[in-house]
Formats: sequence, C-alpha cells, structure tokens
Amino acid sequence: MGREKIQINEEFWDIMPDDYKDLVNHSTYGKTDRGWKDVGSSTELIAEHSLCAGCPESIAFRHIMASMPAPEDTVMVGSTGCTSLVFPMVAVHNIHSLFGNQNAVATGLKRALNVRFPNKNKDVIVLAGDGATVDIGLDMTLQSWFRGERFTTICFDNELYANTGGQESGLMQKGFVAKMAPVGKKFEKVRLPEIARESGCAYVAVLTTSKPSLVERVVRQAVLIAREIGPTYLQIYTPCILEIGKQSMEGLQEMRDAEAAGERFKFREFITPEAQAFIDDMAAKKKAEKLASAAN
Amino acid sequence: MGSHESNGMPQIGSMNKKGQIITDPSELFFLSPRTQAFLTGSEVIKEAVKRASVDFSVAYPITPQSEASSLVGELYADGYVGDYMRGESEFAVMGQCAGGAFGGARVFTTTAGPGTLRAFENFPMWAGSRLPIEVVFTVRGVNSPLSIQPDTLEIAFMLETGMLLWHAEDAQDLFDYILKGYIVAEQPEVHLPIGVICDGFFVTHTKDMVLMTPENRVIPHYNPYASPVTCMDMESPPVRMMRDPFVMKSNYISYMTHASWQLEVRAAIERSRKHTVQLLDGLIEVENPDAEIMLVSSGTAVSQSREAVRLFREQGVKVGLVKIKTIRPFPGQELREALKNAKHIFVPEFNVAGWMAKEIKSVIDRSERVIAGPHVAGGMTMPPEVIVEEVERSLALRGKKELIHG
Repeated sequence: MGREKIQINEEFWDIMPDDYKDLVNHSTYGKTDRGWKDVGSSTELIAEHSLCAGCPESIAFRHIMASMPAPEDTVMVGSTGCTSLVFPMVAVHNIHSLFGNQNAVATGLKRALNVRFPNKNKDVIVLAGDGATVDIGLDMTLQSWFRGERFTTICFDNELYANTGGQESGLMQKGFVAKMAPVGKKFEKVRLPEIARESGCAYVAVLTTSKPSLVERVVRQAVLIAREIGPTYLQIYTPCILEIGKQSMEGLQEMRDAEAAGERFKFREFITPEAQAFIDDMAAKKKAEKLASAAN
Repeated sequence: MGSHESNGMPQIGSMNKKGQIITDPSELFFLSPRTQAFLTGSEVIKEAVKRASVDFSVAYPITPQSEASSLVGELYADGYVGDYMRGESEFAVMGQCAGGAFGGARVFTTTAGPGTLRAFENFPMWAGSRLPIEVVFTVRGVNSPLSIQPDTLEIAFMLETGMLLWHAEDAQDLFDYILKGYIVAEQPEVHLPIGVICDGFFVTHTKDMVLMTPENRVIPHYNPYASPVTCMDMESPPVRMMRDPFVMKSNYISYMTHASWQLEVRAAIERSRKHTVQLLDGLIEVENPDAEIMLVSSGTAVSQSREAVRLFREQGVKVGLVKIKTIRPFPGQELREALKNAKHIFVPEFNVAGWMAKEIKSVIDRSERVIAGPHVAGGMTMPPEVIVEEVERSLALRGKKELIHG
C-alpha cells in the first residue's frame, strides 16, 4: 500500500486522532533503512499499550514494529493472551481469531495474498505467546513449517501463561513452581528452536529484547528470508515480571541475566546455507549501491 | 480467481484465465441454457466450484466428503481454483479458511460429522469476523460408536453459530446452492459464512440428473472491498481499532459491545432473507397446503416424504408437504402460514435428536400439532412406508380412527 492511501482529506484534519495524523506525517512507509532508532521520533505504528507498566513485551512490540522491512505491506496474525491486548492499538492490519490457530490463519492469509497480489510482496508475521505457539497451537506451528509456508513466526516466550495468571507452560523451566505445577514443573523446557530447525525453518533465532539493534537485525532478516526462502522462527524472552516476582523497573535486568553466557536465552541463531547466501547477496548488493552512489 | 492489483474487479463479460466468461448471477442462474448431466453428488460439488471463481480451497480427508475435496484439487491442478492445500485437521483447515477470507479470497471447503465437531470453535469465529466462507457439510454420524453413515445430527450443533445454513434435498439443490450461496453470503449487508448441507452418501455417493449452467460461465469474483469489515491486506488505512481493548475489561461497555455485535450477526442472517427468497424462490416449498396432515422436513427426508405423500395419494388420503430449504434463516413466518390449516404435523428426520421438530415447534402456534418423527439414525434408511406407518400409528393414538379421504 502506498502513502497515497493513508492521506487525510483536508476537511477532516481537525477531527482525526493524533496517532493517525502521526501515521500520515511520519510514517516510514517505503523507507528502506527504517529501524529501532525511529521509535523515539515516531509513534505511527504503536503508541500506547495496555500491558503492565515495565512489561518487556511492550518494548519487544516497539522494536519489532520498528524493524519490519515493509509495514505498509505487512499483515500480522496474533493469538489470545497478553499480545491480544496490544494488537488493537497497532497500526498494521492484524488478525485475532482463536487461541492457538495463528499459524493456520497465517497460512491461509499468506496464500490468499499471493493469489490476489502475485507480483507484490505482502509480508505475514505471526506474533503469539508461548502457550499459543508451543502448547495449544503446536500442531499448527509445526505443520506450517513442514509445509514451508512463507511467513515469520515470533514467539514471545515468558515461560508461562501470563494472561490467565501464571500457569505452567511447555516453555517453562523445569522445576519452576507455578499454578498447575504446584510441586514444580516436571519436564524440561521444550526445545522449540531446535525443533524449528529440524522442521524446515530457514532461519531461527533465540534472544531477549534487551538489545534493540539485535532485535532489528533478526526481525529484518527473518521477514526477508520468509519472503524469499522459507519459514522463519524467532523466540524472544519477554519475562512476565508480575509472575516471577519482579518490579516494573527490573525487566531489563532480568533479560540481561537470562542472556548471559550459559543461560537459556544466550543469543543463538541457525540459518540454512541457502538463506545465508540470500542474506550475503543482499548485503553485497547494498554495499555496491552505496559505493556507486558515493562514486556519483 | 482474480488478481486485484489493477485496483479493479474483473468485469462482467470479461474472461478469466481459463477462458470462462464472468457472468451476472441472475443471468447465469435464470437465463443461461442448462445442460443435463448424470452425476454423483461429489461430482456436482466439483462442477459447481468450477463455476464459482474460488480463490482458495482447503481439503482434509473424512468420509463422505473426501472425494469431493479431492475433485476440487483436480480443479486447482487444472487452474480453475487459485490455491489449494491439504490441512492437518479440521480445526486447522477452518483456521486456514479464515486466514484466506481475512485476506480477501473467496474460500471453499468441505467437511462432515466428526470433522465438523473438530472444527467447531472456528464457526462462530467466522461469523463474528464476518467471513463469507462457504463450507459444504456432507453430514454423517457423530461418534460414538464410530459411524461413517448419513445422519443429520451435526446440523443441530451448527444452529447457533451465526452461519447461514441451507439444506440441499438433492444433487440439483446442491449445485444451485453452492453457487447461489456465495451470492447471498457475500452481500455487504449479510457477509456471513454459509454452510451448504447435503446428506452424506444419499446425495454425495448416488447419481442423479442435474441441470447445469454452462461450463464456460462463472459467477463474478468476490469483492473484498465491499465487505462491512476491513479486508486484512494492508490496502486500506490501518486504523487502530480501539484506544483501549475491550477484552478483559469488566465493564458495561465491553459487555454491550459483545452483545450488540452478536445481535448484529443474527440480524444479518435475517437480512439474507430477501436475497435468498429471490434466488431460491422462497425459503420453503409447499405441496397441498390445505391438507390436515403435513409432512415437514429438510434434506433427503423431504424426498422420502414426497414418496410418502404419493403412497397416501394412492390410498386416497391427502397429505401435504413442506420442504424447508434454509435452516438459518429459519422460515418461521412462512411455516406459520403454510401450517395454519394443518392438524397433524409430522417431521421425518435422519437423526436421534429430532432437532428439526423442536425448531418447528418453537415458531408455530398450537405446537402440540407437531409429532417429532419418524426418526432414523446412524445410517438407517427411511423408506416412505416408514413415514406412512408413523402417520397411521400416531393418528390412531390420537384417536383419529380414519384418515381423511379426498
């Protein structure tokens, strides 16, 4: 969608909400080097949210929205949970339908957009919690990867069911005492990144949202690879500070602790040779363009 | 299927990539020449989909719809359907259908019995999201014990999903309803999913004579920009839906929002009436409206009832018939009018619950006139003699010694 479609009729300027005016005035549509640094100057895609104060999920949302390569042609699919409180305030088309069916919905959506816009990139990004991705929706998560569906799946891993009040989830750590795990969780954290790699994902990354530049790089890479090569998966630690007994200002430190060497969210990524070649090729082209423009 | 990039819908009179002419629906249904074919119900589904400008179809094996959904795959291979895939379960299939419809595609799928129940959570979501997906239910028994046989019990579960539900009596209805269903379901003031129901095996696996519209003509493409809700393709301004999400808010506004939208979905079902009446020539069909004994049903139970009416006629007994074509919207006013002279109303059904009898009782006066039966279930057939016997036995119990002759 081009910028012309979001313009406001002159006579309506005074009654339009500020965030829509912001979209018209400051949208980064078509900007190839958009990224997390735009977050401070532009609230076009997400401004307010209704998550708890200091929730790392809200930071992750901002970084992801700022990093997607083409928000003007991106449709997001969410699921039930804390993320579904945010999506109504996100200014890209987004779908909530049921709990756990997000990768099935994204499959149909991506295929419909391919049929309708055969010569245009329409990116589809799934963003859901760990309960939706790994427990209730695991079948559809995996099957979409087996089929090689061309979209990105992002899991906000807070290692429990946050929205329903802190119950055990498959991505919870072994031994953690939670609701529905009254004597501690009895099995290991599900190794979904490894499963993703074996299930056909062309790119997989595990990270926290403590470093915006890292989030920017992996999100951009994941969306572009999904567009051209195959399914991609990002698992981002967004701790539920409420349920692990932390204060509002302690989210960032919690993420830093969890990504230290040897910890479960130490940054790691997997990329297929084909996807790596694509990324290298893209970087080489960009470099050549830069050189050419410098020469001019 | 149409590419929407040129910012305009393919026009009536133009050709799709298979050389089929996009035709005004009224012209196609009522004016174009029809040719006779002798086909199974499954083949009829294929022939209708071939003429339906379908963008996306999802399949999953379950008897008795497996053949039909495989045949739709052949249409895809031949280029008549935009995209096609096998899903991993009916719950996923209906989610994939939802994604396709959210993205502005015309979507077609089929399921039956256990598949319908496996998929169930999706149906009210489709309606609430105003997705005009068409699903053909080739109804069959619901477990347990395991049954693959024809049975209409699953329709009872579908009644309050917010979907339009049309029940085909035979292959001809099935062909017409699949095409006409899209036209009604996609009206901007309706814009709801539609279930076109046919009785498994009795319709899907038997051959019947069908009058088909020309093979080289199709109904117009779905226009997602005439939808009452936003098409999720980022081709319209991404207005933030809410400042403050209603979900999780325990306040009157959130309750009211949900309740009023649910009422609106039901109002949209009612608004489908005028379009449906026009295309299906009424929501019901009546034979012998002045008879004291009436047989009322839907689906193949109507065909069996027609035969029972004939057997009675041979005995010199006048019995009437009402065929219910649409279960949602339910033809309450039409039934009250058609049954006003009836003294005994029999409702033959292929299920153990007798849900159709309950539906009829809920909309007519003097509901004690309704006799819920005969019922057969689990795949049993209902020979017309069974209906005749039920009428005779029940009327004897009601103290009516002799049937009315003439």
